[in-house]
Amino acid sequence: MVMSGLRNSVAFVGSADTEVGVVPGLSATELCVQAALSAIHDAGLDKSQVDGLITCNAMAQPIMYHAEAMAEYLQIFPRYCMSVNTGGGTTFSIIHHAAAAIVTGMADTIVISMADSLRSGMTREQAAKTQSSTGHPLYEQIYGLPVPAYYALIAQAHMAEFGTREEHYAEIAVATREHAVNNPAAQKRDRISIDDVLSSRLIADPLHLLDCSLVSDGGAAVVLTSAERAKDLPNDPVYLLGVGEGHSHEHISQARTLTTSAAKESGQRAFAMAGLTVNDIDFAQLYDCFTPTVLIELEDLGFCAKGEGGAYVASGALRSGGALPVNTHGGMLSHCHSGNPGSMFALTETIQQLRHATGPRQLDTAQTALVHAQGGIMSSHTTMILGREPC
Amino acid sequence: MSNSAIDAHFRDGCEQGQLRLQRCTACEYVQFYPRVACSACGSDQLKWFVASGQGKIASYTVVRLPISQQFADLVPYVAALVDLQEGPRMMSVIVDSSPDQVCVGQAVRLAFRQWGSAEQQPIFTVVAPQN
Repeated sequence: MVMSGLRNSVAFVGSADTEVGVVPGLSATELCVQAALSAIHDAGLDKSQVDGLITCNAMAQPIMYHAEAMAEYLQIFPRYCMSVNTGGGTTFSIIHHAAAAIVTGMADTIVISMADSLRSGMTREQAAKTQSSTGHPLYEQIYGLPVPAYYALIAQAHMAEFGTREEHYAEIAVATREHAVNNPAAQKRDRISIDDVLSSRLIADPLHLLDCSLVSDGGAAVVLTSAERAKDLPNDPVYLLGVGEGHSHEHISQARTLTTSAAKESGQRAFAMAGLTVNDIDFAQLYDCFTPTVLIELEDLGFCAKGEGGAYVASGALRSGGALPVNTHGGMLSHCHSGNPGSMFALTETIQQLRHATGPRQLDTAQTALVHAQGGIMSSHTTMILGREPC
Repeated sequence: MSNSAIDAHFRDGCEQGQLRLQRCTACEYVQFYPRVACSACGSDQLKWFVASGQGKIASYTVVRLPISQQFADLVPYVAALVDLQEGPRMMSVIVDSSPDQVCVGQAVRLAFRQWGSAEQQPIFTVVAPQN
């Protein structure tokens, strides 16, 4: 059943990022609170007007009942309060739930705030080990794979099945960096070439260092309310047109296939709710923990046929002025990747693009966007379609 | 760790050089990892049997950065998803071969070896191509 009831029913009215990259003096809790307050301020609201709060836990500073602790720190007293954890997919699956909560009257105005301090709040080994615990504890982790190696298995399978080349994955890193050059907040802003990616050291074949996302500190928050209330607030509302999820496995050895993900289902569900197709999408923000993730998402979401992701990216489609600019803030490959909150920055960028407020990197025609996040090892997927106008 | 008797039975198999799989007596489906019920039909009538040890590489990578000190002496090594002849897919490593001898579709054979901190893990070796 398609829940078209959520279409056009809620809108993003506030969005904010903290400083990102290497932010040594702020804990994950402090970043989360800063992001929340900035987003509330951006929305033109007072914190007393917030009656819903959603957070995700932080790896650098885990708290048993995270959202409750953040509400206490902020001294807000919501009637809807929860912390969630489905990895990188958390960021958008929770917006699905928040939208439903607003429509059903569980809350009127919900702040979603997520932050972590992977770079400064943990050692390199702690960060790598915590993240690789996504592997099955008895039947996968014993072999010692770091997270890039799990994704490398997918990359290699795609190469074997469809003839995809390392250069295709590298083009995704290059296009993403090109966007980051225009974003002063991005952690990495030096231009790179395909040769730079291919000559960077191998981490887990075929993935090179520059195929891998960053390790960062940072937080971001958004404010979601009903479309009706959104009209009375100062910012141009950004409407949720469609949203859908797909969940296929947790551990990569249990995936139904290595080369087609549940992004296919989440995308179909989101497009069906919005009543739109890929032809309506002006730009996209796709989860880019590693470059092959983007290539498979492009195929599964329908921007190109299965197996043709390599040729699609080689056409320059993802670059500024291309057929489908992707990760216009610089993504997790070049802007920042602070763990589970990673794609919150893709969401805040989308909101700013659709408000036409991103300055030099503003896309002229930004009307309708697709944002996609996944967690685990291509495990849990959520696709959202957002627009300047209801559809 | 796990307090599951099913996991313990699998582990005991490894200590004896056996890769133990479950076959559903209702629908014949073979599954790995071991579970309390058949993941195809839901029946709890499962029978253990010992895998043949033959498989093929579904995908692989070369791990170059050790996740922790326990793996520091092992890198670089080949990690792979192996499709067992009986059907299920499992994570493992390919030992005694250089990465350029490994490819998707390559036939491999089961063995048991100490790996990282764990004794007697299921690992695989490349089956030499026939001349």
